Amino acid sequence: MSRPADDDGVLAAEIADAQLGPAEVSAAVATARPRRNSAGPLDYLQRWPLRLWLVIVGLFLYVPLITLMAFSFNDSKRNIVWRGFTTDWYVKALTDSSLLEAFGNSLSIAALSTIVSVILGALAAVALWRFDFRGKAAFEGAMAMPIVIPEICMGVAMLVFFARIMPWPQDLIWPFNLGPIVIAHISFSFPFVAVVVRARLASFDRSQEEAARDLGATDAQAFRDVLIPHLKPSLIAGALLAFTLSLDDFVITFFTAGPDTITFPVKVYSMVRFSVTPEVNAASTLLIVLTVLLTVVALRFQNPKEVAGA
Amino acid sequence: MSGENWRQERKTLLATLGPPLFWLTLFFLVPLAVVWAYSFGRNVGLTEIEISGTFANYAQAIQPLYLGIFFKSMLMAAACTVICLIAGFPVALAITFAPDKAKAWLLLAVMLPFWTNLLIRTYALIAVLRNEGYINLTLGWVWKQVGLVLNVPPFVPLEMLHNNPAVLFGLVYVHLPFMVLPLYAALDRLDRSLIEASLDLGAGHFRTMMLVVVPLALPGILSGVLITFIPALGAYLTPDLLGGPDSQMIANVIERQFKRANDWPFGAALSFLLLYLTFVMVAVQALIQRRRGAR
Repeated sequence: MSRPADDDGVLAAEIADAQLGPAEVSAAVATARPRRNSAGPLDYLQRWPLRLWLVIVGLFLYVPLITLMAFSFNDSKRNIVWRGFTTDWYVKALTDSSLLEAFGNSLSIAALSTIVSVILGALAAVALWRFDFRGKAAFEGAMAMPIVIPEICMGVAMLVFFARIMPWPQDLIWPFNLGPIVIAHISFSFPFVAVVVRARLASFDRSQEEAARDLGATDAQAFRDVLIPHLKPSLIAGALLAFTLSLDDFVITFFTAGPDTITFPVKVYSMVRFSVTPEVNAASTLLIVLTVLLTVVALRFQNPKEVAGA
Repeated sequence: MSGENWRQERKTLLATLGPPLFWLTLFFLVPLAVVWAYSFGRNVGLTEIEISGTFANYAQAIQPLYLGIFFKSMLMAAACTVICLIAGFPVALAITFAPDKAKAWLLLAVMLPFWTNLLIRTYALIAVLRNEGYINLTLGWVWKQVGLVLNVPPFVPLEMLHNNPAVLFGLVYVHLPFMVLPLYAALDRLDRSLIEASLDLGAGHFRTMMLVVVPLALPGILSGVLITFIPALGAYLTPDLLGGPDSQMIANVIERQFKRANDWPFGAALSFLLLYLTFVMVAVQALIQRRRGAR
C-alpha cells in the first residue's frame, strides 16, 4: 500500500542497468590499475566513515530480525536466555491448526488477488500507454490514489463498504468467504502492477505490433503474440509485487476480516498482543524465508544476466 | 483513419480500460465516497447513520484534543522523516557509487527488510526493546559483571517499550528503506562529471555534497521525504504495539471510532482530514517539481 510506487518496479530494473552502465566501465578501469590506488574521489564505499555508517544502519535493520529468527530455535519457553537448540517451536507452529488455517488463508488470498491484479493492472497500463481519451488525467490520478492514501483510510472505506453497501454473505464455503479481503487486496495491488507494466511498455517498439498487423494478425493476435511476450518480465515482477503486498498487509485486512476469516498477520497480531512466544518467532521465520525467496526470484527475473551467470 | 479502424480502436480501448475502471470505481472510489458522505452524517440508532449534511463531525475533529493528536502525529512523522533522511542519505550515497557487484548486494540488503512483513518487524522490535528484551538482558549481564567487582545496586531494566521514543524508533525502523530507495534512484541519475568538477575545482566533499549533490538531487530527496512522511503519518501498527496510552497517533483514533467507540461519522471526518492532508502534501510536491522543471 504505502510503498513507493515507481521504485519497486524501477529499482530492480536499475540493478539490471547497473550491470551494463558506467559502473562496469569504472570497474574495468579499476582492474586495469593497481588495486591499492583504485579508490577514486567518488568511491565513497572505500571511506571508513561511510563504511562505519553502513555497518551501523545494517545492524539497526538486521539485528532485530536475526535475533527473532535465532530465538525461534531456542529451547526455552520464556524466550529470553539461550537454552539450547530445538526445532520444537516449528513443530508446534506447524501443528497449530488455527495458525495453519490463517497461513493457508493468507496464501489463498495472495494467490487470488495476484491473478486478478495482474490482469487488471496490465489492462490499465496498456490503456494508458496506447490511448488518449477524455478523462485520462483523472483516471491516472484515481489509479495513483490507492498507492498514495494512508492504509487506515482505505481500511475504513473497505469496512464501511462491506458493512453497508455490499454486505458479504456469512458462512460461505472457502474461498468465497475470503471475498471481501481478496477484493480489498486487489484494489490496492493492481495500481502497483500497472506502474510496473507501464514502465516496461515505454520500451516497446510499436512498429513491431504494426508489422504483425500488416502481416495479417488481428488485434487480439498481435496483443497475444507480440505485446504479451514483451511484457512478460514486468508481468512476473508485477505478480510477485502483488503477492508480497497481499501477504504483507495487516491494516486493510484487519478492517475487512470477519471473525472466521483470520489471515496470518491478523493471527500473529492477536498472538503478539498476548505475549512474546517462540512459536510466533518460528511462524515469523517461516514467513521471512518465504519473503526472501520471493524477493530473490523477483530480482532474478528482472536480471537475466545474473541468472545466466549463476 | 477509416471508420472501420476507428471502431476497432474504440473496441480495444473499451476492452482494456473497462475492467480496471470498473474495479477502481466500484471497489475503491465508491467506498471512499461513502466514507466522505458519512463524514457529513450523524448517528441515529445503533447502526443507522443519517447523512444530514452537518459539519458537526469536522467541528468535533478540530477540538483541541483531536487537533493535538493530529499535531503530534505530524511531529512524529516529521521527526521520523528527518532521522530517516540523515541516516539514509549516506547509505544511498554509498550504494550509488559502489562497484556494481556491491551495489546489487547493498540494494538487496536494503530491500529485504522492506519486503518483510510489517507485523513481524514490529514484533522483532518488541522482543528487542521490552523489559526482558535483548537490550535489557545485555545491560543486566554487564551490570552483574560490574557488580562482581564493585558494590552496585540491583539492576533495574530500562523502560524502552510503550512510550513515545519507542514509537519513533519503530517508525524509523519501518520507514528507513522507504527513504533510501528513492534517494538512491535520484543520486544514481546525477551527472557524475559535475561532482568530479566540483572536487577538481577545490571544493571539499562536504561542500560538494551541500552545494552540488543536494540541489541536483532535490526532486528525489523531496519524493523520498514524501514517501516516508505519508505512511509514517498514517501509521497504525507501530503506535498501537510499541506505544503507550499517551502515544496514540491519528490512525489509532480513527480505528477506535470505527471499532470500539462506534462513531462512524466522526471517524469518517477524521480519515478525510488525514486524506486532505495527504493530498495537500502531494500537491505541494508536484508544484515544487513543476517549478523546478520550468526553470
